[in-house]
Amino acid sequence: MFWPKAAILDIIETFKDLPLVGMLGWQDVRHRYKRSSVGPFWLTASMGIMIATMGMIFGKIFHTPLKEFLPFLAVGIILWGFISTATTEACASFALSAPLIKQHSLPLFLYVARVLWRNMLVLVHNIAIFPIVLLCVGKMPSWEMVLCIPGFLLFLLNFAWLSLMLGILCARYRDLIQLINSLMQIIFYATPIMWMPDKLSQGSLGAYLVNFNPLYHLISLVRTPLLGGLPTATNWEVSLILALFGWTASLLVYARCRNRIAYWL
Amino acid sequence: MLAAETVLLIGCEKEMALIEFKNVSIDFPIYNANSRSIKNRLIQIATGGRLDADDQGLVHAHALDNINFTLKDGDRVALLGHNGAGKSTLLRVLNRVYTPTSGTANIKGKIGSLIEISLGIDHEFTGRENAYFRGRLLGMSKTQMMNSMDEIADFSGLGDFFDMPLRTYSTGMQMRLAFAVSTMVSPEILLMDEWLSVGDENFKHKAETRLKSLVKSTNILVIATHSPELLEHTCNRAIWLEHGKIKMDGDPKVVGDAYFGT
Repeated sequence: MFWPKAAILDIIETFKDLPLVGMLGWQDVRHRYKRSSVGPFWLTASMGIMIATMGMIFGKIFHTPLKEFLPFLAVGIILWGFISTATTEACASFALSAPLIKQHSLPLFLYVARVLWRNMLVLVHNIAIFPIVLLCVGKMPSWEMVLCIPGFLLFLLNFAWLSLMLGILCARYRDLIQLINSLMQIIFYATPIMWMPDKLSQGSLGAYLVNFNPLYHLISLVRTPLLGGLPTATNWEVSLILALFGWTASLLVYARCRNRIAYWL
Repeated sequence: MLAAETVLLIGCEKEMALIEFKNVSIDFPIYNANSRSIKNRLIQIATGGRLDADDQGLVHAHALDNINFTLKDGDRVALLGHNGAGKSTLLRVLNRVYTPTSGTANIKGKIGSLIEISLGIDHEFTGRENAYFRGRLLGMSKTQMMNSMDEIADFSGLGDFFDMPLRTYSTGMQMRLAFAVSTMVSPEILLMDEWLSVGDENFKHKAETRLKSLVKSTNILVIATHSPELLEHTCNRAIWLEHGKIKMDGDPKVVGDAYFGT
């Protein structure tokens, strides 16, 4: 069997110097907000206001009590912020690091990890919104919330392979970046973020189709525990299988293309 | 006895370095070029590698074509050639950025590059931060960088500006910082694109001394150059590239005379 040794070694090399990934990620975030006094909290503030506004409007439209809808929307939007920027930025992970790639012979997965880490740092800032939302609607935290940690790790494992795959493909096919950008908008509406899946009438086509959306399962892994529930076995299974197949495919593509990436930049 | 031990210790400081190129070729695919736009393919091009289109109409640039050489400890190699002859591409293969499209490049030893040393500088960050970023990217550990920070500050002679954002620096100051950091590492294989000449008269002298000792301590030096003086004083071998091929390889005097004579 074909064993992608060089590709795996490259990823191991990246993990051997995680502080370097941390440094590059921090550098990116700090660069972006260098001369601003509140820095990434600008993003948090605007996201908080968006959640509050959308919560009021769509809570009314969907006839859902705010106590139920607002925390759901908050987690969804915070996660979506990570998903959409991590995905679109992953497309440019190699292209934007081109000067570094052409100058240093560092493992290439480093540049993928850098983008992921950068977005995780922003996510950590945005999480601050959630406790405020809980406080506003008077919802008590519950022990199930702890489960969001393993859930998030599996969620992240899936975004790691997706980032690697997109980084490679977009370095080669530049049109893909535009395609992904426009797809993100559609995915946002097709995924239960603004609307609650259990509000779809039982047995309807919509309730059936939502199970085929892998992103729904990934988001549920983190969102359901935070709202005091337990993710379903299907949520876990789909996410695990997705991680397994995704990583296999990405490693095979990476093994084939890793040496070519520098040529495409 | 003592003397023998000392010699042994100095000899042990660095591993053996070796570079072996066997039939190395580098082809760049150029995806957004139209093969029809390549007119008169038969006409000898004045510069660059050979351009070619494959069966599917995809344009390839042959940057390096069937390169063979072996470099051992003590080799001080000058790369000669006109613009686009493949010198920079060859240096990037040596820096393990490009893997040969065909053939094998066997490179043993820690590589240090003094090419485009000011690239990747972030103008929003201070000199200290930039020095740290760059040192880490060059493969130094966190503690190594922390320990050598004072030395970098001292050598670059930036004074209080060391803790100011780089956008407040002049070009010369930026180069001094980049030079101070980049020459911290002590590689077994040193890659350069022309001799570095940095800063004002005062700094130039300091830099020259540092660079000379770096070149002296490295096992293998590969330097792309257009300077006959450098070739004569520093190198003991010269490789002349033309259109991605080795035109001549040997004694710097002989190759230099042939190259600069033309």
